[in-house]
Amino acid sequence: MNDLDFLKLSKPQKFLYNLKKLIFSLPGRFVGAVKGLLMWIVNLIRGVGAVIADIVMTYVHGDWKTKVSYTVMGFGSMARGQRLRGALFFIFQTVFNFYLFFFGFKYLSKLNTLGTVETAKQGRVTVYGDNSFLILLYGVLTIFFVAAFLYTWYINIKQNKISEQILKSGRKLKTAKDDLASMVDDQFHKTLLAIPTLGVTLFTILPIIFMILVAFTNYDNQHQPPQKLFTWVGFENFETLLASDTNDLGVDLQDKGNGVITMTITAKNGDIITVDTTDAEAAAAADALAVDSTANFASEVIGKDEATGKDIYRFTFMGEAGEDVVLEATNWIYVATPSFSHTFKQVLLWTLIWAFFATFLNYFLGMLVAIMINKKGIKFKKLWRTILVMTIAIPQFISLLYVSKMFAADGLINGMLMSWGWITEPLPFWTNANWARVLIIVINVWIGIPYLMLIATGILMNIPADLYESARIDGANAFQTYMKITLPYMLFVTGPYLLTSFTGNINNFNVIFLLSGGKPLAMDLAGNAGSTDLLITWLYKMTVTDSNYKLAAVMGILVFVVCAVINLVVYNFIPSVKNEEDFQ
Amino acid sequence: MANQIPEVQNEKKLRSKKGHERQVNATIYAILIAMSIIWLCPFVFLVLQSFRGESGGQVAYVIPKQWTLDNYRFLFDGAVVSVGLLFKDLPATLLTLATNAIGVLAAVFFLRRKPKNPIEKIELSTKIKGTALIFGALLLIDFIRCVDATNCDFVHWFMNTLIIALFCAVIQTMMVLCVSYALSRMRFKGRKLIMNVVLVLGMFPGFLTMIVLYYLLKMLGLTQAGAVPGLILISCASSGMGYYISKGFFDTIPKSLDESARIDGATRLQVFYSIIMPMAKPIVIYTILMGFMGPWGDYVFASYVAFGHKASYNVAVGLYRWVNTNDYQGYFTKFCAGGVLVAIPITLLFMALQKYYVEGVTGGAVKG
Repeated sequence: MNDLDFLKLSKPQKFLYNLKKLIFSLPGRFVGAVKGLLMWIVNLIRGVGAVIADIVMTYVHGDWKTKVSYTVMGFGSMARGQRLRGALFFIFQTVFNFYLFFFGFKYLSKLNTLGTVETAKQGRVTVYGDNSFLILLYGVLTIFFVAAFLYTWYINIKQNKISEQILKSGRKLKTAKDDLASMVDDQFHKTLLAIPTLGVTLFTILPIIFMILVAFTNYDNQHQPPQKLFTWVGFENFETLLASDTNDLGVDLQDKGNGVITMTITAKNGDIITVDTTDAEAAAAADALAVDSTANFASEVIGKDEATGKDIYRFTFMGEAGEDVVLEATNWIYVATPSFSHTFKQVLLWTLIWAFFATFLNYFLGMLVAIMINKKGIKFKKLWRTILVMTIAIPQFISLLYVSKMFAADGLINGMLMSWGWITEPLPFWTNANWARVLIIVINVWIGIPYLMLIATGILMNIPADLYESARIDGANAFQTYMKITLPYMLFVTGPYLLTSFTGNINNFNVIFLLSGGKPLAMDLAGNAGSTDLLITWLYKMTVTDSNYKLAAVMGILVFVVCAVINLVVYNFIPSVKNEEDFQ
Repeated sequence: MANQIPEVQNEKKLRSKKGHERQVNATIYAILIAMSIIWLCPFVFLVLQSFRGESGGQVAYVIPKQWTLDNYRFLFDGAVVSVGLLFKDLPATLLTLATNAIGVLAAVFFLRRKPKNPIEKIELSTKIKGTALIFGALLLIDFIRCVDATNCDFVHWFMNTLIIALFCAVIQTMMVLCVSYALSRMRFKGRKLIMNVVLVLGMFPGFLTMIVLYYLLKMLGLTQAGAVPGLILISCASSGMGYYISKGFFDTIPKSLDESARIDGATRLQVFYSIIMPMAKPIVIYTILMGFMGPWGDYVFASYVAFGHKASYNVAVGLYRWVNTNDYQGYFTKFCAGGVLVAIPITLLFMALQKYYVEGVTGGAVKG
């Protein structure tokens, strides 16, 4: 198909054609990506080879000063009169050696087991054993340090080589003064980036690598240093969160006919199983069972089934080791044995729904407001803008906390509605999952419109006025000019912003945490997750409330994967990346 | 006659169009007024509640039946402001003298020279502004040191937050400007790598590393009692990663300016502070504003680091605790009053610098 044929196609046909082209190009792209990766690896190996060859050749051809520099860093520089450089190299080597032998090595050597000596109590004295946390943390730190040392060592050797060449050709070496002068001139970027890089390495890269490693350990509240050790477990945590959707709490359902379903529950030690049913006889049976069973058992009425109007009983079993609790129940509603993978799917789904609405609803409403305010003939433009911008200016923990309280069961809204006699019971703003979800999205509009209004105002002013003029002359109405001029232009310019704002909303902690705190809690969600929890707030709960660091780490990695995939996919479709020339 | 008919029709059309226009405008005004009410309501309610005299949590009416200033009085109860605190003992006196001497020396050092040419004049004005900033900061430090809030939670938290915000504003701005200047104006090996690494790091959720950061701070003794410097360290250490917006701005400054200055013998450092800095004023102010406003809303990490140590809470943690404790009824109106007191200075500052904020946000959105 040539260009002319393509232009003849109708819009859906064009789309289908593009889609077909994309799908057919996928294998090719994949092969290309694999090839690229292989080439990268080959180049890396080649690069390492070249470096090693360079090191060996420099040793073979170098003079004695260079050769000494292989063991005493900076000796060559010092001997050739570059005292400052030499001293810095030497100091770095000394510090590194001290660090490695007195501190780093003992952690590095235990990194493969994360410690073997448990903390024990001998009489009244606690004898502390290995601390897995510190072993992992300082182990990673030591690896960083070793890498930095190797790099510096290589630079030291290269310096010697270059110095030799310069001296051979009869030129002079740089003095300390030259070096210092270049720090604010040619090498200014090194001065500028030194502290930020150090900060990011220590406080961002090191922690992230640590947490990625934690995802492969069993670090949780059962294995908390310094009392307990934790160790490597491979991909077990990923399986917990992604794969295992079976009821491994041992609930087995058997249909015995006549609507009687037998539930056999094998409660393992420490597991808590809850079963909801509307069968009153089952409740009685369970009560009888509770008497002669060693299992800890409780049952309570938790409410009425909306469909049948019967009471719902909730049984809770706390099993001892190996005890089977057998219970016959009809009309069972729900077996609450939430697994993490089920919860993860639910939370991920809500996260994506939330991010979609939070991004696009705000985007279009904000644009609409901007257009309204900027319309010719509308007065007090500045006043409207200032009023809206209040939500940006006031710290969110005040505005969102207050608004959240306003909608609480004893809050202002419910109170006023009740005192006016419009409702008799408080509306379940934060207790019903769907109410809470909708309300959060609505309140987020209240927070988000002003940002978009500001951004859109700036961009709308840049749209050439003659475009509108000619559209008006051609007889286009307001809607048509919007669809044909304003929207395409806005989308073109703010495409990348939409993307960052989408991923930003996936990680939008503040709004959820301050408004609902992830509540209401749901029976079918594990790990304390609530119906409005995003992945990020669930991660927070896992870290702070549950100390379930291993799953929190896995979740962090998965959030990263989700964001990265969305970024990669969308980035290929954004017009401003694809055709940069369009609106210029 | 034949000519008149179309004109009349046109006029009719015009009139109907004007009527239509008026209708549209009326609708827009109605929507805008409704929106303004919705937007302002919570804040008005907040202010009204803070003056409420009746005890208890939330009530079903907006306008208080009993007006009082007790909620505000409670916030300041126990706080002492006295200049004498600056000179209460020898170390305090020495510190006061030293900080103020730094200010005076800075002023003398910067303002000594007379400008000879236009470029020096620009340099000088930058220096005057810098001196004014240093002086302002030192005066503020003096003021903070005049306040003794050992017996007053709210003022203590407010001061904590103010200190964190000031340090963050200064250090973060310096970090961001350094990184964006290097990445925007200079070309060196590893530049692309740095930008890609920052992009990838940015995709990890922020709270993932909370526990590691906590232990790193604990190692340095900067948790609980030392939470204030700890928070400053954490929020400044990685702030260089937020370079996008200011780099985007630097990219728009023509490179020929740098080059001509370098031909005249200026070093990169001189180009940085005498050419780029004065031109980048909006983005500098934007960065300062963001750095200053951030700590006022920082709850999560602040509460984690200060864990249970009341004296190192910031306002967000303190007020959040008030309103989310079991007996929040007693603290609700106090929370409102505290919220108002925090919101007023921040809002005023924001409104005053709104122009720069819009510039930064719009620039950031357009450039991604």
